[in-house]
Amino acid sequence: MSRALRRRPVLGMALVSLIATAVGIAIVLNINWFPVQASSASTEIDTLYDVLLIASVPVFVLVMAVVVYSVLAFRVKPGDLSDGAPIHGNTRLEVIWVTIPFMLVSALAVYGWVVLDDIEAKASNPLVVDVRARQFAWSFDYPGEGKVSSDQLVLPKGRPVEFRIHTKDVIHSFWVPEFRLKSDAVPGLTTHLRTTPTRVGRYHVVCAELCGIGHSTMRQRVMVVPPAAFGRWLSHKKATGGDKSDAGGDTASVTPGVGYGAAVGGLR
Amino acid sequence: MTLAGRFRGPGWYRAALAVPLAYLFAMGLVVAVRALYGWDPLLDGKAIMTVALVAMPLAFLVGIGCFDYWFYWASGRPTREEDHSSHGATSWRSYFRVNTDHKVIGIQYICTTFFFFIVAGLLAMLIRAELAQPGTQFVDPNTYNGLFSVHASVMIFLFIIPVFAGIANFVVPLMIGAPDMAFPRLNALSYWLLPTAGVMMLASFLAPGGAFATGWTAYAPLSTETPMGQQFFTIGVQFAGASSIATALNFLVTIITMRAPGMTFWRMPLMVWAQFTTSLLVVIATPFIAGSQFFVLLDRSLGTHFFSTGTGGDVLMYQHVFWFYSHPAVYIMMLPGFGIISEVISTHSRKPVFGYRMMAFSLVAIVILGFTVWAHHMFVSGMFSWLRVPMMITTMLIAVPTGIKIFSWIATMWKGAIHLRTPMLFALGFITMFTLGGISGIMLAVIPVTIHVSDTYFVVAHIHYVLFGGSVFTIFAGIYHWFPKITGRMYDETLGKVHFWLSFIFFNLTFGPMHFVGIDGMPRRVADYADKFATINLFISISSFLFGLSFLIFLYNMITSWRNGPKAAANPWRAHSIEWQVSSPPPIFNFDEIPTVVGGPYEYGVPGAVHAVFGDEKRKTPSPAGTVGATAGGGAQPPPESQIQ
Repeated sequence: MSRALRRRPVLGMALVSLIATAVGIAIVLNINWFPVQASSASTEIDTLYDVLLIASVPVFVLVMAVVVYSVLAFRVKPGDLSDGAPIHGNTRLEVIWVTIPFMLVSALAVYGWVVLDDIEAKASNPLVVDVRARQFAWSFDYPGEGKVSSDQLVLPKGRPVEFRIHTKDVIHSFWVPEFRLKSDAVPGLTTHLRTTPTRVGRYHVVCAELCGIGHSTMRQRVMVVPPAAFGRWLSHKKATGGDKSDAGGDTASVTPGVGYGAAVGGLR
Repeated sequence: MTLAGRFRGPGWYRAALAVPLAYLFAMGLVVAVRALYGWDPLLDGKAIMTVALVAMPLAFLVGIGCFDYWFYWASGRPTREEDHSSHGATSWRSYFRVNTDHKVIGIQYICTTFFFFIVAGLLAMLIRAELAQPGTQFVDPNTYNGLFSVHASVMIFLFIIPVFAGIANFVVPLMIGAPDMAFPRLNALSYWLLPTAGVMMLASFLAPGGAFATGWTAYAPLSTETPMGQQFFTIGVQFAGASSIATALNFLVTIITMRAPGMTFWRMPLMVWAQFTTSLLVVIATPFIAGSQFFVLLDRSLGTHFFSTGTGGDVLMYQHVFWFYSHPAVYIMMLPGFGIISEVISTHSRKPVFGYRMMAFSLVAIVILGFTVWAHHMFVSGMFSWLRVPMMITTMLIAVPTGIKIFSWIATMWKGAIHLRTPMLFALGFITMFTLGGISGIMLAVIPVTIHVSDTYFVVAHIHYVLFGGSVFTIFAGIYHWFPKITGRMYDETLGKVHFWLSFIFFNLTFGPMHFVGIDGMPRRVADYADKFATINLFISISSFLFGLSFLIFLYNMITSWRNGPKAAANPWRAHSIEWQVSSPPPIFNFDEIPTVVGGPYEYGVPGAVHAVFGDEKRKTPSPAGTVGATAGGGAQPPPESQIQ
């Protein structure tokens, strides 16, 4: 093994690296990294992540190949007093390993920028939701739909939505993993997120910024429902005067979620 | 010595007397001020504690004797002849007093910081115990928030940053051929500031309302509203920061002015380059975290409005100022490790560092770029959105100088004569882990990905890959590499290798899976989590306990080898740099005669190449750094007999 490697080291290493890269990419792409895709942003972000994975594998494999090969080929016995070859550098090689990483990260940065512009693009006629954070619960107001307020975030599938995020006390962070979207709720500011829910289902809004003793229980229900069910839910809400204690409107498509009380109940 | 004399002279007796006096002083000051304003009640526990937290550490430093010489001088009394009585170690007691010998201070630093490493590691074990199952098992949420906050703060401010200062304290003056640091008394003060900061952070667990529980980031306005424990952090950081700044200034002056004749900047070992660039970062950046914590302290104690919205405060300002330090701090915790890895890989591969000048330039590039990326910690913070893309680009560009370093290290191994000793194993483990941490760092730089994964376990995984797999592995490499020089004994090679493999395996089993849970939706800094993460968290917890146990092998190896290990030769690795040309451990004043540097530090394999000469050998022709085959007229150093292997 060692002798064969010594004769054609670079060729052998390139071959092994190629195979390892192919295997590595196959493995990382087959890992089910993300939760389900439930928003327009999620598909783009997941693809971007896959591209980053594909770009990363050969870099890691290359470094590992040289390390492993060097250890196998150039390891000497204890007590060996010989020195290595007095190579001080190689300008061409150094130019290469400045240029290629530079181009690689520049390309990835441009791609990242494009995706960022896409997922933050403004849509016409969005459903506006005022997200209000406090220690340690969320509430959701629908200012465009009359005086509707809710403990669970209910959204119609397929309609663009704009979140305006506020906080009453400290910093919180509004995060729906299935939407891949997150934004801090900052005292004194209103922050914005835009997306379009694309999949009917039950998810969670999670607080991602440490906000005090109840931080870990600041999780509430997100429901993405068909537009018709959303309409029914809205009218039910209006009928009951936006009563916060009753989160479940249309029981056919919307099930009561975990309310504030249940969420912090585990704390004491 | 009489008892009264003991209390008058510098030392623990006087310190033990001064600290309670400082508390009484704080009480008196608060009562006096409150009486003047006519406030009721006169005794306000919080106010007294705040003043005492500043006064007691200062009183301790005065008591232990950090300021004696300066007070004596400032009071205008006749100059005392320096008798070097506070220099060097004669017994174990010498390590427990104010000592001006950089070697003693180096050991004080290393032992103290490893003590805090163990404590913060135990806190991590408690964190993992709580996280083994969803729900609340061992600690309530408030204690849990305190655990991870103190864990991170102690690891960062009391272990990683200062342990590098400790290692460098021991080796850098030797490497540049200096008899000591430029300001030995300032050096001693830098050290003694540390335990005060560490004790303060740990003591916060005793504060009413529990330890500070806002993370090591202490974001306002949460940190301006939480109980008393937060005060222990805001003030403790000031002492740790003062220690950092003082020691960095000391390194800068030492490296600039005290290099041996012939030691040009381009002949300095990369460890010295790393310490030089790190010190630049420290002196420029550290005042910013001091500022951010002073703002919090003033908001809490004096009712200022830096972070209270509605009265002109700005919450995001905290994050900008904080990260303007804390991102460069990542490099403060990494560049010294880069220096160690360059020494270890070159020495144990017996080959010159590949692209020496580019290695030095890339350190400088990281220092400069490091100041242009802070807001990548704030991609979802609600700051001005235009700032995100420039910060993404600069962040990704840091991959270029970092890549230069990784590629140059592996090119250094190529065609070397590799001795796979423990320090070398840790260096290779470092390259593996740090490459992975760098890759996840690139991912975190890409804004759309960060919008999803910021504040999740993906970030926890990333930070441990760069700070444990990165920094701490370099610390282990450095400790093993210089253990013979520092202690004069050899460590046990087999135990060292076992330690490496166990920590390498269990490190990855602990922190690798965190990438998955993070992307899958588990936020960080939570005492409780969704049930779907239960299995993988149990796996992580079990791995982390085994990972923690692997450290005991290191501890056993260090303690027994220091006491009973075989005596080390002056130069067991047959290295060229100057610290290996003196005895192990080095003489009390380092050199009988200052060496003259005649060539580069890594001229392995170059016939006749020498880095530094002493005394009679000074006739030799110099060979400049980075030249190939500069065969000086004879006199290659005969390789001293290796003690092991």
